[in-house]
Order: sequence, then C-alpha cells, then structure tokens
Amino acid sequence: MALTTQRRDEIAEAARQVRIDTVRMVHAATCGHPGGPLGMADFMATLFMEHLRLDASNRHAPDRDRFVLGNGHTCAGYYSLLAQKGLIERDELLTFRKFGSPLQGHPHRNLDLGIDFSTGSLGNSLSVSVGMALAAKLNGWDSRIYSASSDGESQEGQIWEAATAAAHHGATNLTVLVDFNNVQIDGHMRDVMDVRDLRVKYDAFGWHAVDVDGHDIDAIDAALVAAREETSAPSALILHTKIGQGVSFMHDQPGWHGVAPNDEQARDALLELGVAEADVAAMIG
Amino acid sequence: MTAPPDLTPLATAAPPAKAATRAAYGEALLELGASNPDVVVLDADLSGSTKTKAFGKAHPERFFNIGVAEANMIGVAAGLAAQGKVAFASSFAMFATGKAFEQIRQSVCVPELDVKICATHAGLTVGEDGKSHQMLEDVTLMRVLPHMSVIVPADAVEAHQAVLAAAEIAGPVYVRLSRASTPVVFAESYRFQFGKAALLREGRDLAIVAMGVTVAAAMGAAELLAADGVQARVINMSTVSPLDEAAIAAAAHDCGAILTAEEHQQSGGLGDAVAQAVVKHHPVPMDMIGMDGAFGQSGTGDELLAYYGLDAAGIARRAKALLDRKATASTGV
Ligand SMILES: Cc1ncc(C[n+]2csc(CCOP(=O)(O)OP(=O)(O)O)c2C)c(N)n1
Repeated sequence: MALTTQRRDEIAEAARQVRIDTVRMVHAATCGHPGGPLGMADFMATLFMEHLRLDASNRHAPDRDRFVLGNGHTCAGYYSLLAQKGLIERDELLTFRKFGSPLQGHPHRNLDLGIDFSTGSLGNSLSVSVGMALAAKLNGWDSRIYSASSDGESQEGQIWEAATAAAHHGATNLTVLVDFNNVQIDGHMRDVMDVRDLRVKYDAFGWHAVDVDGHDIDAIDAALVAAREETSAPSALILHTKIGQGVSFMHDQPGWHGVAPNDEQARDALLELGVAEADVAAMIG
Repeated sequence: MTAPPDLTPLATAAPPAKAATRAAYGEALLELGASNPDVVVLDADLSGSTKTKAFGKAHPERFFNIGVAEANMIGVAAGLAAQGKVAFASSFAMFATGKAFEQIRQSVCVPELDVKICATHAGLTVGEDGKSHQMLEDVTLMRVLPHMSVIVPADAVEAHQAVLAAAEIAGPVYVRLSRASTPVVFAESYRFQFGKAALLREGRDLAIVAMGVTVAAAMGAAELLAADGVQARVINMSTVSPLDEAAIAAAAHDCGAILTAEEHQQSGGLGDAVAQAVVKHHPVPMDMIGMDGAFGQSGTGDELLAYYGLDAAGIARRAKALLDRKATASTGV
C-alpha cells in the first residue's frame, strides 16, 4: 500500500531531523562524518519510521528486526533515528564522539540503545548480516535483517563473498541498502576506483536487485515493501543519493565526507535546513 | 654480545615542537620518488590521511589507488615487488595489517619481497574514531612474521629517516605511524640507525624502554622521577624487530629493573619482545605498560593516553612500583 500524504510528510520531517541532528552532532564533536548521513537521511528515515520493527518497547524481543550499519562512519544519522524512536535520550546526542559517551565515533554494540552490531571497518558487516538472517530463519523468527552499505564499501572483496553466501544459503530475509553517492574519501568513484553497476552485480550474484532514487520517499518505501515480499532471494536496494543532500555547500562534495563544519558553516547549514534563526543561535552559541 | 653501548645521551629537541609522523612520511616519500625510479606507492582510499597524495601528484604513473580494498592492495604491492619495484603500501594501521594479515604473510613475507607497509593512524591517538580504528595489535602481528622488519618511530624526525631507510632495508618492512601531532623528541642532527636502540637519557635506577608516542612520555616520566631523586635511563626502541638485544642486556645489567611503555596491547608487542631478551640475557624485575587487554574508545588522544596510564604521570607511577619490587628483590624481603 502506498504511503499516505501525511505519512510521507512525517517521514520527510524525520529525515530533516536526521540532517539537523547530524550537523549539530558533528559540529559539537568538532570531528566526524556529516556528508554520508545527509545523503542517506531519506532512505534511513523511511526504513526506521516505516519498516524496521525496532523501538523502545521491543528492543529486547528476540524476534524483532535487526539493523547493521556497514558504513559505520555515517552513524550520526543512525543515532538521530534511534533517538527519534526513543532508544537514545535526545540530550545524549551531543555527547557524540566524546570520552565516556555510548555514542562512539563508530557504532559499538549496545542492545539497550538498539545498536545491534559494532561496525566501522568497512567490508565486514554484510557477512554478519547474512549470519543474523540465517539464525533468524533457524529460530523460526519472522524477522528481517536490514544492512546498510555503500559504494565505497562495495570495493571490499568480502562484500562479494557475503553476497555469494547470502544467495547460496537462502538468506531471503535480508535486505541490503547501498548508499550509492558516487563518492568515497579520496574523491569521486570514477577518479578513485569505479565500482560500476552495482545493481547488475548484485543481480549476477543471485539477488533481487533494484535501482532506487534515494531521495524519493515513495520510491524507497515501495522498494522496501517489494523486498519484504520477495521470498526467493535476498534483496539489494541500490539507492542513488547525493552526499551532503539538503545542505547546498556540501552537495556532491567529497571534501564533506569526514570534516566537521565550523560555527559559520553549521549556522548556514541549519538555516538552510529550516531551523529558525533564534534556535540556530541557541544551538551554535 | 657485541660492544658495550655508547652511554652518551643523544641530543633531544626543544620541548614545545609537535609534528605528525604521517606528515614526515609524505615528505620522505616525495624524496624517494625523486631519487629512486623504482619506488611505487599504493593506497586504499586514504591518500589524504596517510599523506601519500603528494607522491601521487608528483608521480601519477607510479601511484596506484586501489580503493577500499586493503587485502588486494597488499597483493598488488607484492606483484609489483616481485617485478623489481620497491612498493610502499599505506592505509590505517588497523586495515593495513588487520585486513591483509594473511596476504602479508603469504605474498610478502614468505617470498621476502620489497614491500614497505607504512601504516598511519596507529594506536589510541587516532582519538574520536574509537575502537574500530584504534589499532593496538599491529606490532604483535608484524613482529611475529619471519623476515618482517618493524619500525615504530618516536617522532617526525625519526619517521622521516626511517622511511628513507625502509627503502634500503632488504625485504618487507612495517613502519608504524600516527595521525596526531605528537611531541618532537629528536634534534634535526639525529641519525636513525636501523636495528639500534637510541639512548635518550642516562640513569641507573631503572631503564624505561619505549617506542612511538610513549617515548616523549617516558622522557617526561624521567623528569618527574628525577624530581624525586630517581635516575631513569630512557631508551628509544624504534626498531622492534630485529630487536637490539645488546642494549636490553646492558640496561638490565646496569639498571637492575626494566619498564616498557607502548601505545599498544601489552601482549605480544614491545614489552614481550624486551621480556624475551631480558629472560635470555639478564633476568631482572620488569613491568610493562600498555593496553591491559582492553580495546580503546572515543575521546581525544591526550584523554585516552592519560586514562590508560600511557602519559608521563602514568609511567612515573608504574616506575615507582617497579622500584619497590627491585628493592624487595635485592634485599630478599
Ligand atoms: C576497512 C576499512 N578501510 C578503510 C576505512 C576508512 N574509510 C572510512 S569511510 C571510507 C570511504 C568509504 O566510502 P563510502 O562509504 O562510499 O563513503 P561516503 O559516501 O560516506 O563518503 C574509508 C576508506 C574503513 N573505515 N574501513
């Protein structure tokens, strides 16, 4: 069933909150990765708000869905969504990356907060997600494993070992969401290491694979529904996004992969994201 | 055992200077690129961070960005070296050694190839990225490999020279570098000698043997101890493999107690290497400072070094405890 206008607006608002929180968190930490979470915000918000069965009430239920953030450097946006779902205190968000905070620079497994797995080293997580999917099936759980990945992470050979195993062992309850923004640390993919057509690759590995506009909430929702209904293969959503989406000076700029905005840049970004001037002043100081 | 070591401490830098060893690496690579046409450089999508980018700009035909694929990078480096190239390969220490350990063993060390793995962002001082990026086991992994030389420069001055030396050393070399700007220990006149310990401060009450960023902290600890009348010998053990066993034996003999300090797990790193030499040549009371079986966490580099007892105050504390043990051992109480 298609999203109602109201539901779509709620998801768009959650995505805007992800972008605002990401800018504030990375600014407050004076380091971190703003670009990726801004680009992923629309599909992450659609997943978390509409599909992923994880909230404060079921966090310890064994048969709930699981989420693994393979591109762990983009965790600011992930933490924002966990806060929006009541798993993390909002106040805690600004401790991101600081000594003693549970909100580590890359996710550290913490089931009380709904963080299902430790990540940060690219390439490892799809294998882990395959294992989680196989365990859910063995246990007879009607749960889905969602795994985020990226074009940069797709350069790791282990991703393709996992992709082979997922299809072979029938991990049909697994959906990977690949953030395809054509950017990695050293620049655009075409200049560093071209991964070419990821949909064709996943397809060749035996997956149900589709290209999706990663900023079109209706299209993302429809693709997630189709993935859940696909019972013969694992599903790959190749989400075409722009790094830094929503903040014009970060848009499609590899330089914003892992640099914190200064006060002025954070102020500009928050204003562009629709935060009122007085609130921005209170946030940035 | 060889000739007794020269006990004249080396000239050290004026204290406030700070520099990152990775920056020194980038500069040394540029020099090597100009002087040696066989030098090639590989990176894994971190060329801005590892500082190989300048080499890539100067010699694009000899620079290969392999993307986020560290195991493949080491394999490609081995192939280049097998055809006569001197291949420098860089990533963060976590991924350069962790992702590619087996490729380093099989494709680099077994055939004894000229692959020089210069890995940056080692240890706790990578800071806020947290435990997934704080490599604290790389020296263990590298020093147990036959034919692998392991160098952990104390500062940017030594790092520059160690990288130049790596191109000359036959076979595989691992150079461990840091992200953070850290205190400069050595004067520009310092000359790195592969396989030789460097004496930084003379003393006879105990010897502190350190590598990497803990060398400056060990010097600070020696100052604190001196204020209490304790004279510590400070040894920079930048070549961890092959180890300068003569310097360790002499320190054990002269000082009667040895403390090691490293930004690394206690298990398998410098402390273990030194302990093996002490046990073989001259057993004395010993203690080891390093990560005590924990992974790191997010925080600033300085916060973490202090929290895990790897700063000057932490080293001085443990030195005092070791001196008590030494006194007990000698009086038999
Ligand atoms: C195994 C491993 N190698 C290298 C890194 C360092 N690193 C972090 S993000 C990144 C680039 C990844 O590309 P992508 O996820 O596409 O980046 P984004 O689109 O978020 O800019 C690299 C090389 C890492 N975290 N893990």
